[in-house]
Amino acid sequence: MSVRRALDVTAAAVAFVLFWKLIVVVGNYPVFILPAPEVVAERFVSAWLDGTMEPNAAQTLLEVVLGFALGASAALVAGYALARSRLIERVLSPYLVAAQATPILALAPLLALWFGSGLLSKVVICALIVFFPVAVATMVGLRNVDRRLLEMARSFRATPWQLLWTLELPAAMPGIMGGMRVGVTLAVVGAIIGEWAGGEQGLGVLINLARGSLFDIPLLFATLLTVALLGVVLYLIVALVERRIVGPRG
Amino acid sequence: MPPVPLPPAPGARPDDRGHTLTSIAIRGVSRSFPTADGRLPVLDAVSFDVPERQIVALIGPNGCGKSTLLRLASGLLRPDDGSIELDGRPVTGPDPRVGFVFQEPRLLPWRDAAANVAYPLELAGWSRERRAQQVQDLLSVIGLREFAATRPHELSGGMRQRLAIARALALGPSVLLLDEPFSALDALTRERFNAELVRLWERTSTTILLVTHSIPEAVYVADRVVVLSPRPGHVVADVVVPLDRAERDANLDMLALGHVAGAIRRHLEGATDDPTREELTAEVGRQRRARQVPIEELGVPAWFDPFGREDDE
Repeated sequence: MSVRRALDVTAAAVAFVLFWKLIVVVGNYPVFILPAPEVVAERFVSAWLDGTMEPNAAQTLLEVVLGFALGASAALVAGYALARSRLIERVLSPYLVAAQATPILALAPLLALWFGSGLLSKVVICALIVFFPVAVATMVGLRNVDRRLLEMARSFRATPWQLLWTLELPAAMPGIMGGMRVGVTLAVVGAIIGEWAGGEQGLGVLINLARGSLFDIPLLFATLLTVALLGVVLYLIVALVERRIVGPRG
Repeated sequence: MPPVPLPPAPGARPDDRGHTLTSIAIRGVSRSFPTADGRLPVLDAVSFDVPERQIVALIGPNGCGKSTLLRLASGLLRPDDGSIELDGRPVTGPDPRVGFVFQEPRLLPWRDAAANVAYPLELAGWSRERRAQQVQDLLSVIGLREFAATRPHELSGGMRQRLAIARALALGPSVLLLDEPFSALDALTRERFNAELVRLWERTSTTILLVTHSIPEAVYVADRVVVLSPRPGHVVADVVVPLDRAERDANLDMLALGHVAGAIRRHLEGATDDPTREELTAEVGRQRRARQVPIEELGVPAWFDPFGREDDE
């Protein structure tokens, strides 16, 4: 079964690369518009071997992990508060929605101004972008806990604290993890935007360099590939954690 | 067995096997629920007793407040008026002497069978070892020992309801409240469950209040059958079932037709929730409003709901 799945995934990847190559050949595009897949692959390997990619990728990964951890934890608390109190929801949700509707791209330069061009500003941007989906998922998840289960637990004299830990959180977990899946991929976006707005290191900085002063388009594509892989790996990690703690429920 | 004489001695006392016995006294209980246009009375001055060790079936048309009465008895709801007493002391909240079996199994889908049965024990703070022992015993009683590690979605409906019963028995309650517990089961399984319920009752010294829609079920299981009127529900009849247990088992097919069942049916007549054409015309406006009543939930949806799923059900 898992062999079959691995085969499916490989076949799709091969098809994607062949299609890419086909476009390059048919369109006869120069390397600075669309480099062929083998050119990008070669640059990807060499960039990792000569130490161009690794420190930048490590920096971006650090920003994403810290920002995600900060944003998701804050969102869990906020989601709980929003689910519990109509007052808090009424007072806070306009700001939450407005903050989410303001493009992070427009906020990034301001945040860089406030928090400097170092690690902190990127972590804040990542945290901000992660916050909304996780907070909403937590709120909706906690609100939609089956009332019949709550009544069952209350018939056994569960305290509010016991209700939260033994019933509400486990019941809301699939939804919360769904929010985290969205959040972790957005965190990668946040880190890149933060690095664009000002930074010395990171994959976003490398994209700028490769497009600008280095004018190394294969490196640009190799960096994009790294960003995409980073997102996929982080997503898979969250999905694995989800499978571990949610489990089969039928 | 002959009906236990009324009224019981006040105060909990152990029976000859050392089990605690509890009686239920329902005294002039009224309850209404808020609706868009005023309060909807559901129960109106309901009074009856369930002496210790008796099984009383509560029967009545849909919406007459049977389930509400059970929730009042369990302390999940509070009455507007009147009181409910266990052994002479008013119920003020969920009581450790009471085990509740709901219409649906209400199992936690992320827990296996054993962990579901252990849930009330966890909430009550039992140690791991004591829990494991008690869960083993309970699973044996309901015949699901081999399914201890199975999750609810892999079990049949009957097995799930057995688990719910084991869970209700986990803390050794002296009162069992059952809210149409077998209504989702097929007819034959249901008969078997009723027989098992009686056997369980013989072993556990519990006082049982059972809500049901089925006259044969009531006559088979109960010592007395209390009939409620349509909403707002009040007691219209309190029928003693004068058959001993062996007689009932021998005449399973006759239970639906016997004179006790006939008496109950007469009291229920005109009390269906399916109105005649004339009633429908006259009552349509009121019925429609009544149907929309959120019986247990008073929450008003707020404007902020990105997924538009504020209201369950």
